[in-house]
Amino acid sequence: MILKGKVWKYGDNIDTDLIIPARYLNTSDPKELAKHCLEDLDINFAKSVKEGDFIVGGKNFGSGSSREHAPVSIKAAGVGAVLAKSFARIFYRNAINIGLPILELKEEDIEDISTGDELEIDTGKGIVRNLTKQREYKAPPFPEFLQEIIQLGGLLNYVEKKLKERGEI
Amino acid sequence: MGQTIAEKIISAHVGREVIVGEIVKAKVDFAYANDITAPLAINHLENLGLKKVFDPERVGLIPDHFAPNKDIKSAEQCKKVREFAKKYGIKNYFEVGRMGIEHVLLPEEGIALPGMLIVGADSHTCTLGAFGAFATGVGSTDFAAAVALGEVWLKVPETIKFIYYGKMGKWVTSKDLILYTIGKIGVAGATYKVMEFTGEVINNLSMDARATITNMAIEAGGKTGIIEPDDVTEMYIKDIAKWPYKIYKSDKDAQYAEVYEFDVSKIEPQVAFPHLPENTKPISEVGNIKIDQAFIGSCTNGKLEDLELAAQILKGKKIHPDVRMIVIPATPKIYREAMRRGLIDIFMEAGATVSAPTCGPCLGGHMGVLAKGERAISTTNRNFVGRMGHPESEVYLASPAIAAASAILGRIGSPEEVEL
Ligand code: SF4
Repeated sequence: MILKGKVWKYGDNIDTDLIIPARYLNTSDPKELAKHCLEDLDINFAKSVKEGDFIVGGKNFGSGSSREHAPVSIKAAGVGAVLAKSFARIFYRNAINIGLPILELKEEDIEDISTGDELEIDTGKGIVRNLTKQREYKAPPFPEFLQEIIQLGGLLNYVEKKLKERGEI
Repeated sequence: MGQTIAEKIISAHVGREVIVGEIVKAKVDFAYANDITAPLAINHLENLGLKKVFDPERVGLIPDHFAPNKDIKSAEQCKKVREFAKKYGIKNYFEVGRMGIEHVLLPEEGIALPGMLIVGADSHTCTLGAFGAFATGVGSTDFAAAVALGEVWLKVPETIKFIYYGKMGKWVTSKDLILYTIGKIGVAGATYKVMEFTGEVINNLSMDARATITNMAIEAGGKTGIIEPDDVTEMYIKDIAKWPYKIYKSDKDAQYAEVYEFDVSKIEPQVAFPHLPENTKPISEVGNIKIDQAFIGSCTNGKLEDLELAAQILKGKKIHPDVRMIVIPATPKIYREAMRRGLIDIFMEAGATVSAPTCGPCLGGHMGVLAKGERAISTTNRNFVGRMGHPESEVYLASPAIAAASAILGRIGSPEEVEL
């Protein structure tokens, strides 16, 4: 998959309460959640983000709760991928499971990227091109089983395939 | 080569010896979710046309976050969970009245047992590691997959060992040990890793106290926290265990990513300042911090032992006129036992309010949300921006002893400053 868009850059420890505050968790409607994405961190984000834009974070992106509403709100806001120095583990699983591309880049690469930069990302190869700065970064490839999930478009499609194989749906 | 307890449990659920770092599909013994995380999973499962869950005995649905329903939207969410439970014959569905905070309720029900592999669609599922299970928080889609297939994908984690020795000070609790530990290693100090808690100090803790420690493993980024089962564990589960269980212990030559040793006699009661659980300070260095609210409850410190401790300090005292104190027992069983022991009376005499079991203010849901600029001392586990309400409110994390003393003092302080 080749993705192209502009960067919204934030710092370390962007937690799930910042991504989607609990006061909005009384719904699971992605569109509704998208309206409040990152609201307590950057009130302009949800209003101004364009389809295909990228979020770039620092260390420990997505820490905190297991709420899948966090990656769901990001995906529904139109974000093409999240790049960070590192991800909190439940956020990492959730993103893969719902088919939101996430890439871990080296610290110096993340620091090289600024808000507004235009990136082109090849998710399959893990290659990130910074078109604004004319530089290229590389993310480590996913392990085999995760690639299978990503190729199927998320864990649910995997479950569906298994259930069909077992003749249970 | 030796294995850690976590590696042994995962191996048993994969059917062969696993190696750290590999991605495996493991059999799940129990999967649970709440009123926030279950509805997403239920949507997924209904879209798939699921005919039956992998095992109706081994799925738990606990509407505890916004229940008793806090508004119309939450009522709809809870209704969805209830109807799903009925339709699929889920045995462990807990309705308001029987419902408590999931991570405290399940052990009480004899569902968290040594050697089990448990996934919960809630980050504090790691709490159940106190009972010698491998229990880890997952998302709604993972939960849906576990409910459908009875399996979960996992990266076999490395383990960090934490050894505690020495004698704990008078007002030092297990909450202080875990806050101190997080302060030392940071909120990402154990990311993707298992935190194994050991040593003479842990062996001497009750199950309530142990579960407070494993509860906060996620606050250091951990995949789970775990404590080897011992006599205390067996005493706790022997009459309530729902299923046969198996005790695993770490081998002497097991490999650890890191080993930390802490002398607890040097640890004071801790307070985690906003807005990260790692911003800890010993109580003697807190300074003068006035509070508007004191909250005792949550899956971290809403247990009987926690209420006992708070009551010991509040007995015969009055809460500071500028402070609202809220006490929420984590489960109906704890609530009733607290009533029997006269603890509820003590709280109400002192001027606190006591509510029905729920997560409540812990995640800024209901029952004590903070206004702009307000400050709370709280026995919960997270003090992120906006966690308990307005983005400009502040949460300070501490033990029930500190929370109770602070409620009397009107500022964050220690029981030593309250005349007992
Ligand atoms: S009490 Fe708080 S931390 Fe525990 S499950 Fe409820 S919301 Fe989560």
